[in-house]
This record gives sequence, C-alpha cells and structure tokens, in this order.
Amino acid sequence: MDIIQILQYAFIQKAFIAGSFVAITCSSLGLFLVLRKMSLIGDGLSHVSFGAIALGLFFGLYPFYVAVPVVVLASILILKISEKAKVYGDAAIGIVSAVGIAGGVILASLSNGFNVDLFSYLFGNILAISFNEAVLSVVLSATVLLTIIFFYWDLFSAAFDEEYAKTTGIKTNFINTLLTVLTAITVVLSVKVVGVMLVSALLILPAVLLYKFLKNLKQLLSWVGLFRLYRLFLEYCFHFF
Amino acid sequence: MDSIVEVENLSVCYGATEALNNISFNIERGDFVGLVGPNGGGKTTLAKAILGLLPIDSEKILLFNQAIEVFGDFKRIGYLPQKHTGINQLFPASVEEVVLLGILSSKKWPKKINQEDWHRIDELLKSLGISNLKGKLISDLSGGQQQKVLLARAIASEPELLILDEPSTALDPNSREQFFAKLKELNSQKKTTIILITHDTGYVGKYANKLLYVDRKLLFFGGIADFCPSGEIESCFEKSDKHIIWHQHK
Repeated sequence: MDIIQILQYAFIQKAFIAGSFVAITCSSLGLFLVLRKMSLIGDGLSHVSFGAIALGLFFGLYPFYVAVPVVVLASILILKISEKAKVYGDAAIGIVSAVGIAGGVILASLSNGFNVDLFSYLFGNILAISFNEAVLSVVLSATVLLTIIFFYWDLFSAAFDEEYAKTTGIKTNFINTLLTVLTAITVVLSVKVVGVMLVSALLILPAVLLYKFLKNLKQLLSWVGLFRLYRLFLEYCFHFF
Repeated sequence: MDSIVEVENLSVCYGATEALNNISFNIERGDFVGLVGPNGGGKTTLAKAILGLLPIDSEKILLFNQAIEVFGDFKRIGYLPQKHTGINQLFPASVEEVVLLGILSSKKWPKKINQEDWHRIDELLKSLGISNLKGKLISDLSGGQQQKVLLARAIASEPELLILDEPSTALDPNSREQFFAKLKELNSQKKTTIILITHDTGYVGKYANKLLYVDRKLLFFGGIADFCPSGEIESCFEKSDKHIIWHQHK
C-alpha cells in the first residue's frame, strides 16, 4: 500500500489535517510558555481536561463542549491564584491539576459504563478524530497563529521583561490571560491527538529542543512548527505500519 | 514651570510593612533629580509607584498632569530598571530587538516595525558607542554591556521623563563618565527630566540640580545648594559625605 492510497482514507485525512494544525499550534504556543517559565501549565490543564471530559461523559454531553469552557476557566483560575493569593505559578498549577484529575477519578467511580471511553483519553487516538474536531483544529490554529502575528511584539516584550513591558503601555495581564486561554483550548484539542499524559510533550519538547540552537524568536517560531510536523509525519508512519 | 511628576501624601505598604510613608514632592520639566537614601529606604519603591507598577495609597500621583490610574502616554516615559531584575536571561533576544522594545510605547496595536524604526535603533546604538553589539544576544553580554543596552532601550522613545534605577553599578569608571555625560546632554539639550537613583553620591552633586532623600519618609527635597546647610539631614550623613554630594564647595 503506497502513501497515495493511504491518504485517500477519510480518517487518515482528518487525522493528518487535525494533527498538523494542532502540532503547529502547540509548538508555537509552547515556545512562549517555555520562555515565560510556564511550561507545566499544559500538563496541569491536560489533567483538568481529564476531569472535564469525565464530567461531559457523566452527563451524556459531547465531552469537548464541556471540556473547552471548564479548562478555559481553570486556566484563568491558575492565573488568579498566582496573582491574587501570592502563590507561585507552579503551585497554582499543582492545585488546579490535582482538583481536575481527582474530579475525573471520582466521576469515573460514580459511573457505570464510561470508564473505557474516559481512559481512552489518557493516551489519545489520532485516527479517531471526528470531522468536527478536524474543523475545530483548523479554526483554532488559524486563531492562535493570527494572535501571535498581531500580538508578536506584545508577547515578546511581556516574555522578556514583564515589568518593563508595563511601563511601555503593554497590558501584560491581558497578554497573560490571552496566552493561557489559547493554551487551554489547544490542550483540549490535543488530548484527542496525544492523550492527557503526553500533551505537555507536544507543547514543551519542540521549543526546548530548538531554542538552544536558534538565536532568534521568529526563526524559532518557524522551526518549532516544521520540526513538530516532521515528527508528526514519522508518528503517522509508525502508527499505520 | 511645567509639572512633570506631582506626588501628594504617597504611602506604599508591602503586607504589614510600610515601605513609604506620606511622601509629597513636585518635579518640574528639566529637573535632574538625584534620588538617594539608604538600602531598604524605599527608592526603588518610589520609582515603581511613580510608574504605576505598585498598588499605592495616595491622594494623588500626577504624571504630566494626568492621574497615574488613567495615564496612557507611555512614550513620554523612559525607565531603566535595577540590574538583573525581571530580564529573562534565556530569552533569544538580540540587542537591537531589546532596544526596539523601548519604542513600542509609541506604536498602536497591531504594532508594526518598519525600516525607519530599525534605522532609528541603529543610530541610537551608534550614538552610545555600542553598534558593535547590535546583532549579539543580550544574554551573551557582560553586565556593563547589558546596562548600556538597557539605557538605549530607556531613551529609545526620546522620553520627556527618564527614571533610572542604579544605572551605573555595573559600569567601569570610563563608561560611567560617558554614561553620566550622556544623561547631562539629554537633560541640558533636550530638557529631559531625569530621576536618578544612585549610590554614586559624587555624581549626584556633579550633575543633579535637585536632591530627593528618602528613608521610608521624605527627609529632604530641594536644590542641591540647599542640601548641605539643611539641618533635617544632619543625622543621615557624615559631614564629609554631605560635602561630596553637594560638590559645590570652593
């Protein structure tokens, strides 16, 4: 079976489109998260998405429709805890993450029957991407990339020196909220592709592997996306054969 | 005279600790103010309060006659923070990109950088004698070189008010002289108002025309010439230090 034949399958097409766009989105956002020392927020939010997906399954709702607002709220909560309660960001992530995963496990215990469905989200299944999820991935990726283009210098300045950025009129609280909300939505979409356990790898690894070698943020943004796509292609081949 | 910074009954607390208590002063256009005081006396806190970076308890802080809460004309302000605070040392930012951050205050969203901006940055780096550092990563520079780059960033928007927090600590004597000469040039030729936090008391006396001495509360604010005879600060300095700061004895 050659590559042309493989690409004719609808489920492969959806997997390729959704996977590619999620990969580019994750690697671009991940770069800013790594540079802002917020790498673990992806890990924490993926744990919250586990609880949120359990909530959706528990009430018989489409899990992503529940997960997106819940994880977005959790991301804002993480910011607020670290800002208002004077708790370090990593501790705030730990608190929200623990509540998310514990909530998921409690709901799984209370239910009879959706455990198998729920636990399939732990490791994801890229070949089971639905049409809606593929469309969502494309729309989200376009949103994230346009946001990065339009807010490039604001993101740059806030990541380099947040206090100074404030003195040049940049609304750093808004930039932080924007970054975490986009991360929250990306994490929910990535859960279907790689699963709860490995979302942080999708966010962190391309940025960490490349920022030691490239000395320019724009080059880095281009290369992390390409690098992640190349890896994705290898993963597809591995999956299929 | 134009009022640039007007502070009335300013108090700042960190939790239960009061960092500044009931501070009032008025800085006018073209002033070169030396902000001095002991470690922990509240100098940096005062600078940050003026810049709107801290929650404050004050009747009013006016910047260019606008209340700090609604102030939005950030291109009129330049700020050089205390060394090593806040800067992300692993960030892949080149010197010219860092200096460019200083002109973002004059850009409206979405912020677009054009050739003219890059050219302006080139000229600024040349005028400060650091154009050889242009393409280098900020993290690859020495402390003194970083300090010069951050000064370039602070003055990139050609601000009317420049707040500098211990800018000369990492500089060698030669660079220090050049640095203060540049400040003097900005102050005398462009009428830039300067607030300089420093422990280089000798330079304060040489270049500043006013002195603001804080140790949690305001102990002295006025012309350098009035500093030495002032009885209020008698307890704060040795007589010889007062003479070094005053710098005007014949």
